[in-house]
Amino acid sequence: MQMSDQSLIFSLTLNGENCEVNVPPSTTLLDLIRDHLRLTGTKKGCDFGACGACTVLADGRRIKACLALAASYEGAAITTIEGIASATELHPLQTAFIKHDALQCGYCTPGQIMSAIALIAEKPVDRGAIREAMSGNLCRCGAYPNIIEAIAEVASL
Amino acid sequence: MTAPPFHYARPSGVDDALAAAAAPGAMYLAGGTDLLPLWKAAVVAPERVIDISRLPLSEISSTDDGLELGALARLSDVASDPDVVGKYGLIALAIANSASGQVRNMATVGGNLLQRTRCPYFRSADLPCNKREPQSGCGALSGENRQAALFGGSAGCVATHPSDLAVALAALDAEVAVVGRSGVRRVPLARFYRLPADAPEKETTLGQGELIVAVLVPDSTRFAGRATFLKIRDRASFEFAVLSVAAALRVEAGIVVEARLAAGGVAPMPWRLTASEEALIGEPANEATFAQAARCAASGAQSLAHNGFKIELLRRAVARVLQDIGGSR
Repeated sequence: MQMSDQSLIFSLTLNGENCEVNVPPSTTLLDLIRDHLRLTGTKKGCDFGACGACTVLADGRRIKACLALAASYEGAAITTIEGIASATELHPLQTAFIKHDALQCGYCTPGQIMSAIALIAEKPVDRGAIREAMSGNLCRCGAYPNIIEAIAEVASL
Repeated sequence: MTAPPFHYARPSGVDDALAAAAAPGAMYLAGGTDLLPLWKAAVVAPERVIDISRLPLSEISSTDDGLELGALARLSDVASDPDVVGKYGLIALAIANSASGQVRNMATVGGNLLQRTRCPYFRSADLPCNKREPQSGCGALSGENRQAALFGGSAGCVATHPSDLAVALAALDAEVAVVGRSGVRRVPLARFYRLPADAPEKETTLGQGELIVAVLVPDSTRFAGRATFLKIRDRASFEFAVLSVAAALRVEAGIVVEARLAAGGVAPMPWRLTASEEALIGEPANEATFAQAARCAASGAQSLAHNGFKIELLRRAVARVLQDIGGSR
């Protein structure tokens, strides 16, 4: 990392691509992704860790990008909603969200799906476990029952 | 909203971190889950953030003597560690009831102990708060004080400590290992925190630049099967405690020979319920004993306009946990 008081220059991997960035030291990972790297699929809801709209994966673990200082993630592999579909096919969770009508306004959806991807890797045992484990993602439209159904289908529950 | 920018340093070792943190205006950053929101809300204004997240302090190790949790161990890693789950289920349970999956992946053990109060006056830069701005007054005393302390508060501050993990650790007599420029010292958790008295801005006995390196939990296997954590909150998940109770018992031949009870959400630090513990020790493990211990739970409590409900809630919470763990085995 190259450091000065005004800026930090470092690299991280975003959706499989190496990115060198040059940002002020107090930049959050969320602002880095949206404002510097221009991937706006990751949403800024509350910016205080309460809503989960900014959920991304860092080295496979779900985190809230608004609570993360970008510089702390030098060298990490970050995955956002833009990085989960293949060139020809949606991610199974994207397909399931559409099938189960698991959204209304859609603002929370990227965070819901990123959180759910990590949750499925954590192997929830039933719908109750999905509900509990998804509590870090709020949906103000109240699409919760359909979100749970979509995740349960992909988790084969 | 534009919070004032800060400088950044990432020391490569503990000694470098201590040196960097000695500068005025320096603050450590580990998981960031509390510091960054406080910074955005202009509650804290670090001049330089010392990023310790990569220091080698994240090990979790269990021996016959006890459990050692590295200060930078992530909460999710602690809660899923086989030794923690198997021998220190109280700790795993407290963490499972804390925050959300995303936050548990980020937040660290040391940071959890040092998280700041959820008192709305502390977290709103526009409101008076002696903890945030000494001598500005306490808004909670005569204002919104539903979450305020029943024990340990002062005329200048009635804020409660929000950690769940710290309550479980207090019940298990944990110690905090702290490193400073003169070496490592170990402090019992009860003496790690300070009551507000007339200096509510000082929440711990850490000196400027001192760093938590580990939390040490004495062997607790004798409480196996008789330890639990009850968290009562305003919504079912991803919410701070209105009140919590950690409890551990040892029962031999029907007699309670050891009792640990600590409560969260009721004091500026995790609060041991010593009167209830004393009411249990040496008595038969039965309903009458548990009822007596529950009646003592709030002895010494002082309520304000909006938090009096927590007195009865605390008694009932203690009754519940004792029923859960005190039955015949």
